[in-house]
Amino acid sequence: MSQARLVKIEKDILGYNDAYAAENRKLFADKGILALNLVSSPGSGKTTLLCRTVGDLKSRLAVAVIEGDQQTTFDADRIRATGVPALQVNTGKGCHLDAHMIGHAVGKLGVADDSVLFVENVGNLVCPAGFDLGEAAKVVILSVTEGEDKPLKYPDMFAAAELMILNKVDLLPHLSFDVDRCVRYARKINPAIRLIELSATTGQGLDAWYGWIDEKRQAVLSDRALALETKLAAVRRTLAEGA
Amino acid sequence: MHEMALTEGILRLLEEQATTQRFHHVRTVWLEIGELSTVDPEALRFCFEAIRSGTVAEGAALEIIRTPGQAYCMDCANAVHVGQRYDPCPDCGGDSLQVTGGDEMRVKEVEVE
Ligand SMILES: Nc1nc2c(ncn2[C@@H]2O[C@H](COP(=O)(O)OP(=O)(O)O)[C@@H](O)[C@H]2O)c(=O)[nH]1
Ligand SMILES: [Mg+2]
Ligand SMILES: [Zn+2]
Repeated sequence: MSQARLVKIEKDILGYNDAYAAENRKLFADKGILALNLVSSPGSGKTTLLCRTVGDLKSRLAVAVIEGDQQTTFDADRIRATGVPALQVNTGKGCHLDAHMIGHAVGKLGVADDSVLFVENVGNLVCPAGFDLGEAAKVVILSVTEGEDKPLKYPDMFAAAELMILNKVDLLPHLSFDVDRCVRYARKINPAIRLIELSATTGQGLDAWYGWIDEKRQAVLSDRALALETKLAAVRRTLAEGA
Repeated sequence: MHEMALTEGILRLLEEQATTQRFHHVRTVWLEIGELSTVDPEALRFCFEAIRSGTVAEGAALEIIRTPGQAYCMDCANAVHVGQRYDPCPDCGGDSLQVTGGDEMRVKEVEVE
């Protein structure tokens, strides 16, 4: 019988995912890709919003979509019908996308430089919160038919998100949904969370959403411009030194 | 819940460490699971017992250490303890808390042979 001993490990359980996420993040930075991770419960309108968004944006910038669902290619088919490249990732029994799947999907899809990549996560307000995909930001979508207490019931997701989209506001006249209360709950969990109210079907509020995307894209592109300038300066220096 | 994915993560980590730290069997695993993390310890225990066989952790005991939720209150500028993300500040009742610790999910130590 061998002797028992204690071994220090001190490692994050999700360290393997975080390592893949860091690889994705580096690739996105190198290529100037703005990656957004859209999370929500099933049916809050992620695919509807994405179809509308890519349709409106594709004439002025390059866009691509990765669709996560446990089964079927319905959502990727809906996106492709708008003429935008999309890839479906089926997680089977898995309840979330992980960074490894996204790395593969990005390779397969061939995402263009300086583009916007939307990732529609599996409909689930719990698990996707813990899995970094290497995105620039998580966007949580809540529809007004779901009840204003969701931020308190699923705090981790609202804590992890940078932007909260309140969708289906066209239905507000028919419901007793209290927008102010919902926002108060969300800010209680995450004081810095941004809020955009919109309707993916009527188009109301979409300009604010596109404005937010442009703002995030500016940040990614100016970082990339800086990196390219540094690289260019290094090449010019080598050249001046009489190569 | 994603406790199954987390358990797979734990076992993956143990298999890796078995090679690098030269052990062939794990007797006990100590985890640090923060109060504010997304894990339900009982569900994690259930998953671990369900899938540990056939791995280096076959028959291993699981010890879960809960680390306290910590936050900084922007209203009263105190470091405070919170049991849940939406708890108000225990000192001043304020709502503007920034979580500073207690959301970890780590494998801390193992007893091996
Ligand atoms: N009234 C209304 N219905 C919407 C809106 N956005 C989505 N829906 C409907 O909500 C249902 C679920 O939408 P879908 O995009 O598939 O949700 P997903 O599961 O989050 O991708 C569909 O029947 C949509 O037509 C909206 O802004 N207003
Ligand atoms: Mg969908
Ligand atoms: Zn306080």
